[in-house]
Amino acid sequence: MPKNWPTKAVEAGFVEDKEEYYDRLHEATNYATREVVKARERADDQQLKHSIRAMDDCERTANELAERAAEWAGSLFDDAEPGIEGARAVAKREPNGELERRAVSLAARVVDLAAERDALAETIDRIGPAVAPNLAEMAGPELAARLIALAGGLEPLAKKPSGTVQVLGAEDALFAHLSGRAPSPKHGIIYTHEYVRNTRPEDRGSASRALAGKLTLAARVDHYSGERRETLHEELRERMATIRARAEDGGGEGDDGDTDAATEGDE
Amino acid sequence: MTDPELPAGVERREIGGETRLATRGPPVYGEPTADGWRAWDPGRSKLGGMFELEFETGLSGGETVLYLGAASGTTVSHVADFAGPTYAVEFAPRPARDLVEAAEPRERLFPLLKDARTPNRYAHVVESNVDAIVQDVATRGQAEVAVRNSQFLAEDGRLLLAIKARSEDVTAEPETVFEGALDRLREAYEILETQRLDRFHEDHLGVVATPK
Repeated sequence: MPKNWPTKAVEAGFVEDKEEYYDRLHEATNYATREVVKARERADDQQLKHSIRAMDDCERTANELAERAAEWAGSLFDDAEPGIEGARAVAKREPNGELERRAVSLAARVVDLAAERDALAETIDRIGPAVAPNLAEMAGPELAARLIALAGGLEPLAKKPSGTVQVLGAEDALFAHLSGRAPSPKHGIIYTHEYVRNTRPEDRGSASRALAGKLTLAARVDHYSGERRETLHEELRERMATIRARAEDGGGEGDDGDTDAATEGDE
Repeated sequence: MTDPELPAGVERREIGGETRLATRGPPVYGEPTADGWRAWDPGRSKLGGMFELEFETGLSGGETVLYLGAASGTTVSHVADFAGPTYAVEFAPRPARDLVEAAEPRERLFPLLKDARTPNRYAHVVESNVDAIVQDVATRGQAEVAVRNSQFLAEDGRLLLAIKARSEDVTAEPETVFEGALDRLREAYEILETQRLDRFHEDHLGVVATPK
């Protein structure tokens, strides 16, 4: 609850009078806001890119090492379980002799790597919204970071057409398609978004296109203005509601060439 | 020349050959100035628009103000020019950089990088019983933000609110959106005056309210 802070500060003897309190407050709020702004600006798109790549490396390496640690522990202890959770149990053991010491130590590295992965995920959750507020809100900080990393930065992402954003992360499938070996991919990494994944298969093309269209606009607003724009999010919600209503109507073919959301112009 | 409906420190001045709303203070965003007075563009400021439309704001100058949605400081710099201690809450870091620039030469303007939707995060800084809350946040749930922040407002204080219809629902009729927002507001406030700001800001409703 707010209180009469100026009076309290005077009563506590922190300042002589209210005027001095406000002088101090001005100094403190200006300093703090300036510092936070500076820190957040340092957290730029390239830092986000490093963070997400490091997070993926930690996760992959932790899983690989966990397999090795579990196999080893299984030969030494009766009740060794696989995976990161298994490694956690092994790491808590009191080792007997050199071999057990090494196996337990290896499991401890797995646990540390998994913890580092989680810490990186938290960092991404924190700096994602500062680097790209609209993109992070629409995609979630993790997917936003992946899109930025795949494009090579926020600016290159902001300059991509939405059709490219739609298939970012599906380059293999795209080149298979271009060389005539496969149908065109409907979505790349944006597949992990709830709007695509939880839409019925026949409407996923429309959902991906709508989502990619708005993600592209979100990246542009983030790059060029940096301010949150509620209308973008609202429009996407509306569009998704329409697409999903088809399933309730029992409507058949979803891919009716509704490219509206994907081709909307810049703001 | 002081208009009766304008607070002390806000005047209509001759600037660049036009009579314009103005306050006295260091320039912030390249606005036209004359004799130390800075033009206050009602087309860029909801509160400026409310003054032009002669809302009874209850402001007389020198008040303690909580400003929600300060953005880069355009409007709040004018407020700090005529008001007393002014707390400026803004969530986005990029505009906040400009806000700090506006606050630097204004000794009673306090920038806070906080989310107006979570007042508990700044209740340890913003004092109780402020005379006025000025709100211009372009986020969904604008009435909800005003309700949550009513804890800061003095019993006879004023809420000066601009509701942007498109922030609530892009598809609904603005009138419907405004009615819904006013219903939510009435849970914590008594509405004193409402008027469309369309002359200056399309699909915006200006609201003056006081705590219930």
